Amino acid sequence: MSLLSVRNLSAFYGDYQALFGIDFTLMQGETVAIIGANAAGKSTFLRAITGLVNTRSDKFNYQGNPLDGSAASKIVEMGIAMVPEGRRLFPSLSVEDNLKIGAYSGRAGKWTLQRVYEMFPKLRERSEVSGTSLSGGEQQMVAIGRALMANPDLLLCDELSLGLAPIIIKDIYDALPAIKAEGVSLLVVEQDINQALAIADRFYCFQEGRITLSGSPEDSSKANIATAYFGRSQ
Amino acid sequence: MIEWINSIVQGVLTGGLYALFATGLAIIFGVMRLINITHGDLIVLAAFVAMVIIETTGLNPFLSMLAVLPIMFVFGYFLQRGILNFTLGDDLLPPLLVTFGLSIVIQNVLLQIFSADSQRLKVGSIETTSLHLTNNLAVGVFPLIIFVTAVVLIIILQYIFNSTDIGRAFRATSDDPTTAQLMGINNKHIFGLAMGVAMVLVGIAGVFLAIRTNFDPSIGPSRLLYAFEAVIMGGMGSLWGTLAGGIILGVAQNIGAKLDPGWQILAGHIAFLIVLIFRPRGLFPRTFDE
Repeated sequence: MSLLSVRNLSAFYGDYQALFGIDFTLMQGETVAIIGANAAGKSTFLRAITGLVNTRSDKFNYQGNPLDGSAASKIVEMGIAMVPEGRRLFPSLSVEDNLKIGAYSGRAGKWTLQRVYEMFPKLRERSEVSGTSLSGGEQQMVAIGRALMANPDLLLCDELSLGLAPIIIKDIYDALPAIKAEGVSLLVVEQDINQALAIADRFYCFQEGRITLSGSPEDSSKANIATAYFGRSQ
Repeated sequence: MIEWINSIVQGVLTGGLYALFATGLAIIFGVMRLINITHGDLIVLAAFVAMVIIETTGLNPFLSMLAVLPIMFVFGYFLQRGILNFTLGDDLLPPLLVTFGLSIVIQNVLLQIFSADSQRLKVGSIETTSLHLTNNLAVGVFPLIIFVTAVVLIIILQYIFNSTDIGRAFRATSDDPTTAQLMGINNKHIFGLAMGVAMVLVGIAGVFLAIRTNFDPSIGPSRLLYAFEAVIMGGMGSLWGTLAGGIILGVAQNIGAKLDPGWQILAGHIAFLIVLIFRPRGLFPRTFDE
């Protein structure tokens, strides 16, 4: 079943057009990666889904309901949660309060504080300290846990590896299959091609606001991906 | 010696009223980052709302709060959603200008309806009843009620901000309004609720002010000044700091008045300047950053 269905989507920051004619589909239970260089429009696409930028489209549906024009605060109630680029934890809240605020929308489901602590035991030990006093990897765990507390059907992950050491990135990405196993579909935006393609069922490559390649990682040659990513053969 | 102790004790109690003036201002600044120039006039507006309710229903001024506070909450919510939300953004100037304009409008509307005559709410003997702590030292029951009310309200607000879903939403929205939306928080609604809560505090302050002293449509700006000084001394958004700021202001004014009756107001401003020189960021960290 199609979870997210997009046809001919454009996105705008004021007068500036950041996305052009995006056609995109994400099926229930899938992990889809969006790869691309800086300023390719990857994060803008996630911001479009979450209602943070203005959009225009022929079709922009989530579980059959239109996303166009929905307030950002309503998107969570529809079942979409986001791990934003740079983690964006709330500095005045403790780790536990950062996790609890994720459940603000009140969506019922399997993810509770207890489940998040089981997935990331380090967070339980540091539950009372400010979220922003943690290491980058621990902050990323809080950001993922906070999104899961909303009990989403679709989890948007924006640049999970940004600014993290390789060993920490591995820990973070190792958590994703367990999340998927709980029935959560994943849309992962990532500059690290290898990391993204290793976990994805399918991928889309963005360049200058347009999709330049899509398919499954197995069916696409490295040369084709490099051309779509950089705009020329490497 | 006992006269100086008396001045300090009376100053502490006066500080309770100043803290009541200032707590709403601290919440508005802490959550919305909005500098509300009309705050003092809203306190006076609440006093007039109470006066009208008392004249209409014959209620005791304390009981009139049962009507005044919900009215002020609803007024605050729609003031924020209908006007002030549109002024919020990276630029601090629009809210300053709009609330300055509102201040003038409120003063003139009150003047038009109620005239410049001085008013006062009467609660009977409690206004003049004292508790004798020693043979030479007495405190007024009503100032004590105001002070205890300020302390209890701050305890309640601290609980709300630190331990409830809505308090977490207030703090999260204050930290990062964009990311707060990704949590399902409707910023506009949250800001409306925060202004509603602030206006409840304004309502309490307005009724107590109207019982304690004469009021007329023109006294709002001086109340704003005391509230600002208490908030800034306290740390621009710390609730306990706001109480401390109010107490410093009240004590300084009473000691100034003891030295020379003409120095009362000036002494408060000098205390404010001294705190700013030594602690330019205020005495306490912000409640909303804890």
